[in-house]
Amino acid sequence: MTTTDMNAAGLKRDERLERLKLFGLSSPAILLVLVILVIPVGWLFYVSFIGADGSFSLENYERMIKRKSYGRIFLTTFEVSLLTTGLCILIGYPLAYFMSQLPNRIANLCLITVLLPFWTSLLVRTYAWLVLLQKNGLVNKWAISLGLWDEPIKIVHNLNGTLIGMVHIMLPFLVLPTYGAMKAIDRDYLKAAANMGASPARAFWTVFFPLSTPGLFAGALMVFVLCLGFFVTPAVLGGGKVIMVSMKIVSNIELFVNWGAASALGVVLLILTVAVLWLASRFLKLEQMTGGGH
Amino acid sequence: MLKWLRSPASETQVTHGQRLWLYIFAGITMLLLVTPTLIVIPMSFSDSQYLEFPPETWSTRWYGHYFGSEEWMRATRTSFAAAVLTMLVATPVGVIAAYGLHASKLPYIRAAFVLLITPMMVPVVLVAIGAFYAYVKLKILYTMTGLVLAHTMLAIPLVLIVTGSALKSYDMNQENAARSLGAPRWKAFLTITLPQIRFAVVTSALLSFLTSFDEVVVAMFISGGDNPTLTRNMFNALRDQIDPTIASISTLMIVVTTLMMALAQIFGRGNSRK
Repeated sequence: MTTTDMNAAGLKRDERLERLKLFGLSSPAILLVLVILVIPVGWLFYVSFIGADGSFSLENYERMIKRKSYGRIFLTTFEVSLLTTGLCILIGYPLAYFMSQLPNRIANLCLITVLLPFWTSLLVRTYAWLVLLQKNGLVNKWAISLGLWDEPIKIVHNLNGTLIGMVHIMLPFLVLPTYGAMKAIDRDYLKAAANMGASPARAFWTVFFPLSTPGLFAGALMVFVLCLGFFVTPAVLGGGKVIMVSMKIVSNIELFVNWGAASALGVVLLILTVAVLWLASRFLKLEQMTGGGH
Repeated sequence: MLKWLRSPASETQVTHGQRLWLYIFAGITMLLLVTPTLIVIPMSFSDSQYLEFPPETWSTRWYGHYFGSEEWMRATRTSFAAAVLTMLVATPVGVIAAYGLHASKLPYIRAAFVLLITPMMVPVVLVAIGAFYAYVKLKILYTMTGLVLAHTMLAIPLVLIVTGSALKSYDMNQENAARSLGAPRWKAFLTITLPQIRFAVVTSALLSFLTSFDEVVVAMFISGGDNPTLTRNMFNALRDQIDPTIASISTLMIVVTTLMMALAQIFGRGNSRK
């Protein structure tokens, strides 16, 4: 071995050591996630297979299949998540499109109306809707004075109230990535389409819309996944009538102190979430999902 | 006005008139996004037992009620302390993690990145009961340490994403130049890299503060005893009654959030000027 080779080998070793050291900088963060999240969730996984008598059993999962109430909870969770995501797309896409068409200065002002609720405490916003939608709340009062309906109707403490609150809370998660994707579209493509005789509608649907879908998908995915595990808003605005998986987990622990049942529900919820993310990751890059790609 | 309606609004020659529905729809949506939260503010200044809008008589009695209550004050102190400490822990831990992952280029960094953003993906209820279990074992349940550690973990994904994307557009060769001139790595980072990603770092810090300050579900499980957070007490109060005291606390929380957002905007503007 010549001296040059030895030097090269030494340098390579040094480089590897340096990279390991740099990698080590992330160890406090990794340790924290491992100790507070990964290990405890692993334990929950284990507990979900322990029956009431302390031995290995599948009773926590059997209960989920046998009892109708559990099926209903999963159904409600999917229903609320799908409806919220759908409504967010229907409301959020046109809003993002509107903002993407504005000159930057005005668009930034409009963006504040999306960012302000985005930053405001979830609890405060949920409370605001509770106040607005209650029986003698503003919405009922105004609707009656406008003649929309005659006497106060129940808008909150049910599915409608939950959906209103959730769409309001989730909308920014959809609008922001969609707007980002739309801003990145080269307007010359639309000129080219128009130049070759496409009608405005056709240019939009065949050129603009497909180019904006990565942002829309990323936003919709974020909304759907967040909805699956949502707790605060359905708990407050649902009034006990809209029971989602996360609420059942909490009541299993707070009321019944049944860790096995809560863990099994948690495991299923986690698997559902991971499955949705995994399916989506086959169509999207991780960077797009976390917004790091912009 | 009529002329404006007929003028083209886009590359495909759609006129503003044809787009009128979009403008109206977007206007209403933006109004609905902002007003519901803001309506709480005038309501909090009502003199009545009940929430009214507009209030018939104005007063600050509900603020008096809030500031006079030892319980609410203690919860407020807990929340602020937790938020500030979370900011102070999550920012350096997250920033050095982002830097390490960015500079190391080892094959495992992708796995590490995915691991570090899992707190954002895992349903928060699971994070909460998992932490509850871990804290019983570690004997840090209902302590400030436990609360700050959990909130730090929740804030790390945000710090990682914000700082990581700033590092992506930063030219690492500048640091190499400093090091080839004899600066040790830590010094090159502190004097060359950090000043150039400072806006991302400040944004990360503000986001960490808000993550902790607004967090409800995890705090519901692991804060309590002498250390319940403001949001935990608010959530419990919400389930029982709709008292204007909550409206006054909400107003104060909106003020804190708006302040943070204004700060982020100021720093963000500095960022785009660069």
